[in-house]
Amino acid sequence: MEGPSQFKMPSATRRGALAMLALAGLTGFAGKVWAAVAPGWPENAFKQKSKDDAVKALYGKPMTTSDKITLEVPEIAENGAVVPVTVSTTLPNVTSISILVEQNPYTVAASYKLSDATLPSVGCRLKMAKTTAVIGVVESGGNLYSTSKQVKVTLGGCGG
Amino acid sequence: MKSTPILLAALLTVAGITSWVMDEGHAAASANSTTPEQDMQAFQRYFKQRFPNVKFPDFANGPYAVNAEMRKQWEEIMQFPPYDFAVDEGKTAFETPFKNGKTYGDCFPNKGIGVRQTFPYFDTKTGEVVTLDLAINRCRAENGEKPLPYQTGVMASLTAYMSQTSRGKPFDIKIPDDPRARAAYEAGKQYFYSRHGQLNFSCASCHVTASGQRLRGDILAPALGILASFPIYRSDWGSMGTIDRRFTSCSAQMRAEPLPPQDPTYRDLEYFLSYMSNGVPIAGPGTRP
Amino acid sequence: MAPTIRVRAQASGDATNVQALIQHPMDSGFVKDSKGVLIPPHYIETLTFEHAGKVVLEAFWGPAVSKDPYIKFGFKGGAKGDDLKVTWVDNLGKTDTLTAKIA
Repeated sequence: MEGPSQFKMPSATRRGALAMLALAGLTGFAGKVWAAVAPGWPENAFKQKSKDDAVKALYGKPMTTSDKITLEVPEIAENGAVVPVTVSTTLPNVTSISILVEQNPYTVAASYKLSDATLPSVGCRLKMAKTTAVIGVVESGGNLYSTSKQVKVTLGGCGG
Repeated sequence: MKSTPILLAALLTVAGITSWVMDEGHAAASANSTTPEQDMQAFQRYFKQRFPNVKFPDFANGPYAVNAEMRKQWEEIMQFPPYDFAVDEGKTAFETPFKNGKTYGDCFPNKGIGVRQTFPYFDTKTGEVVTLDLAINRCRAENGEKPLPYQTGVMASLTAYMSQTSRGKPFDIKIPDDPRARAAYEAGKQYFYSRHGQLNFSCASCHVTASGQRLRGDILAPALGILASFPIYRSDWGSMGTIDRRFTSCSAQMRAEPLPPQDPTYRDLEYFLSYMSNGVPIAGPGTRP
Repeated sequence: MAPTIRVRAQASGDATNVQALIQHPMDSGFVKDSKGVLIPPHYIETLTFEHAGKVVLEAFWGPAVSKDPYIKFGFKGGAKGDDLKVTWVDNLGKTDTLTAKIA
């Protein structure tokens, strides 16, 4: 399977000590994984495995392509573990921007809720499992728009 | 004639060596007939000719100096580099006194600030190459502290901080007039140009002959300046790694037995590579794919 | 313990440009450790930026966001010296917050 070498055998990462917040009585026990859901997190959307299901779960409305959305992504990712992605748009009244990675295990990578003061542009760094389309979705004036770009992801050198 | 096969064998050997030497873009004509200074001039000349559009200090940036698309992604990541946490941790560790009240600053010239470009150096007292990492652990030992593990963690954070204080300072590696220092340099050079492991690659195979070209998804960095950005946050590791980490992982990736961190062979290699890069400014810590 | 959030907020004209870097493993749950055991998912789910009592950006993140995640955005308003509060909550219920000053 194509993908960054971090999907092979890295060493366990060091976790810093963080403040614990008891959320609705959910706590972590050694050896068990409790998937706590932070308030407001669209759990269902992050479970979807296709573009259509993801959009349906996030927005529940039809989407049309728009040339007023700029998707800045590399053509060939230097490493699939850290791919810089920026979505910007000239569309008005933007209330939400989401980024989907079509053939990732779960399609939704990130979703942003914008206030009326927020500029319609967000940049972040994403993991891509393989060569596939990155889709920028914008909710503007209640309507849904998108654009998409293919990003190539290959194995790093030396089979590492 | 009886001597014909011998003569033929000798001629073929010379031809073989010559073609290997040319093939590998070998900078020095042979192991002992050139001075380190001459080697360095030839080495730097080779890369300047191979990459005429690269400004000399930019060789510190490895693949990003020779590939525009990669450079764009690097510039994006450098807006807020992921090694920032390591530098903070390094600064705190550097400034925290040992149990006996002394600090790392007491072990280095200029209190350890802005000195990274002078490492490695040849210690004529102990007769060995001393890298920054080794010097840090020596400092700890002298002050009753346990050594830090090499390759990552606090060692990488400390060298990240110390490298950052040297940003912009050109590599200034010295080979003292001492046969042992010269021998260490030559051993490093020998290792660099020798093939190792099941893949039968030498460091030069990738970082000289194929420098600037792709090895699967990666662009191969030129050997000139290749250590200037260490320690690095590699996206591949998701963490910091020192020169040791890269040497050992590279050996493993070439299907050669990795040597232990700070093995004399690796230290000699670092000595050779750093000397070859004299004049290239320190750009560490860095980020890499 | 060292803060996990680093923020650079810069006032520029009538807008504030924000960049943040967060120290977090963002484990997807798909990766095995050196012993071949799956590392459990551990990733930030929500990341909130507040200015003058208003949430200017709410990020919903999943395991596909890179380790030691980064974000960049801007908002209208905000002046030099104002507070910008940044808070994250992850899938294990851990959290951290930082209040930075807009420069």
